[in-house]
Amino acid sequence: MKTGYRLFSLFCWACALLPVAGVFGLVVFLLKQGWGGLGLELFFGDTPPLDAIFRFAPVWDGIWPACFGTLAVTGLAALTAIPLGLFCGIYLNEFPRGRLSGILDFCVNLLAGMPSIIMGLFGFALILFLRHTLVPDAGTGLLLSGFCMGLLVLPYMIKSTQASLGGLPEDLRLMGTGLGFSKSQTIRHILLPSAGRGIMSGVVLSIGRAAEDTAVIMLTGAVANAGLPRGLFDNYEALPFFIYTVAAEYQSPEELQHGFGAALVLLTMTMGLFLAAHGLHHAMEKRWKRG
Amino acid sequence: MYRTADRRAGSLWLLACRSSAAVTGAAVLAILLFLLWFSLPLLDADTLSKLLSWDWRPFHGGFGILPMVAGSLLLSLSALLLAFPVSVGICCFAHGMGPSGPAACLLRLVKFMTSVPTVVYGFVGVFVLVPLLREAFRSGSGFCWLAAAVGLAVLILPTIVLMLHSQFMLIEPQVKLTATALGMSPAQRLLHLVMPNSGRGFAAALVLGFGRALGDTMIPLMLAGNAPQVPGSLLESLRAMTAHIALVVATDSQSLAYLSLFACGLILFLSTTLVNLGLQLLKRPEEDKG
Repeated sequence: MKTGYRLFSLFCWACALLPVAGVFGLVVFLLKQGWGGLGLELFFGDTPPLDAIFRFAPVWDGIWPACFGTLAVTGLAALTAIPLGLFCGIYLNEFPRGRLSGILDFCVNLLAGMPSIIMGLFGFALILFLRHTLVPDAGTGLLLSGFCMGLLVLPYMIKSTQASLGGLPEDLRLMGTGLGFSKSQTIRHILLPSAGRGIMSGVVLSIGRAAEDTAVIMLTGAVANAGLPRGLFDNYEALPFFIYTVAAEYQSPEELQHGFGAALVLLTMTMGLFLAAHGLHHAMEKRWKRG
Repeated sequence: MYRTADRRAGSLWLLACRSSAAVTGAAVLAILLFLLWFSLPLLDADTLSKLLSWDWRPFHGGFGILPMVAGSLLLSLSALLLAFPVSVGICCFAHGMGPSGPAACLLRLVKFMTSVPTVVYGFVGVFVLVPLLREAFRSGSGFCWLAAAVGLAVLILPTIVLMLHSQFMLIEPQVKLTATALGMSPAQRLLHLVMPNSGRGFAAALVLGFGRALGDTMIPLMLAGNAPQVPGSLLESLRAMTAHIALVVATDSQSLAYLSLFACGLILFLSTTLVNLGLQLLKRPEEDKG
């Protein structure tokens, strides 16, 4: 029996070492391969950076268009998901209506578990549908991607709003009543400011998720070598999609180098967003911890 | 004056909340309806039998999606098989088998793993794992079932660990006194008290991990080789449903190919729903108890 316990202990230690080795291996490998290529040339190629950023000068040999596309999609997704998710979270937590909220809750859970490719397929179907009915020349593009990505991250936003509001002490609600506030005033002036950090952590988490997802944009308008999008309905490049295409069909060592650089940039970005979300969440919990 | 303004503001809030809730519900419904609408031709028995075959050769009239369905199932289950024991080990390490400092760090690291983009896992897989397998087994290109299973296992590991962790957190306080009173070692406590009482958590973690593995696109797409066949061994290529959707959309094809894509979408949607229902069922009685 004693050896059994010892074996179990050994097994746990081995398992604990696996993710440590994996994550360190991943980061070290990416740094080793991508570090040399980091620099302004990685982003802008031969184009002067300021021209590229402010005057939309075309960048032929850098990942700036991909970064721009990712920023644009993430921004559009945030515009869709944040207000919707915020109000929906408030609704679920503050105005529960029995059966109806139960159904909505199930919908949110379903949406949260939905594979991202389904969201992409939905966008693709939406365009097919529009082509057959109202708009014959509808095509995939930035706006569609932003919308579908917004739907993908919506449940994160709803859940974090719900959790932040639900985690507030009951006294705060009583305080609102005591001050003679109406329900909406209590929410607006007491609950939302108190839950601010938790909700912000949800926002940051959603943004991180929207920045990294590939399956959605693959089906709704990301293409290789599109350059900067000329409008909301134009195709665009995106960082995760760029990384995927490099892995699938790179043709030169320079392209591979760019791929490693892009992977490093994306990882740094999501890592930063994750740490920010984590910090905000932590601050929120600390503030309202009981006892 | 104030009163009316207040009341108006109040009803505006309620309106905003209600309409957001309605939009969210409608979005889920719309996704289902679109998938159903585009899968409607499946009702035709002839078309259905064409799609439910084992042969995918779009240029020779073979539009069977069964290889992809089998591929998805095999891949998800094997990834689960790899990730689950390791997750249990990690969780036990975090709950007493390891020193408390490293345990907290380990949990933080696992949480951090959720933020690594899938496509980065895939990318590193292509340049590290695939050459490694190619060298080690000296067969094929290295893009195979095994590569994708390992990649997916890494991807779903944090999901499973965090689910188990939250379950252990529920059970630990209940058994702590007993375990201490009996003079149990951490290993004894985990093996004889915590784990036997965590059945629901184990089941929920398995279901959640399975759903996550089934739904992922990038890892199978980048690592599994995407040959539409049922793999004979771990070193052969396979194609998952998610990867199939991505590939068929990318290569514009005939209408039956499109149909196969929506059929795959529908299957994925329904399995997601089942996974969710399963999770709800696993959660419910526990809430009643408390």
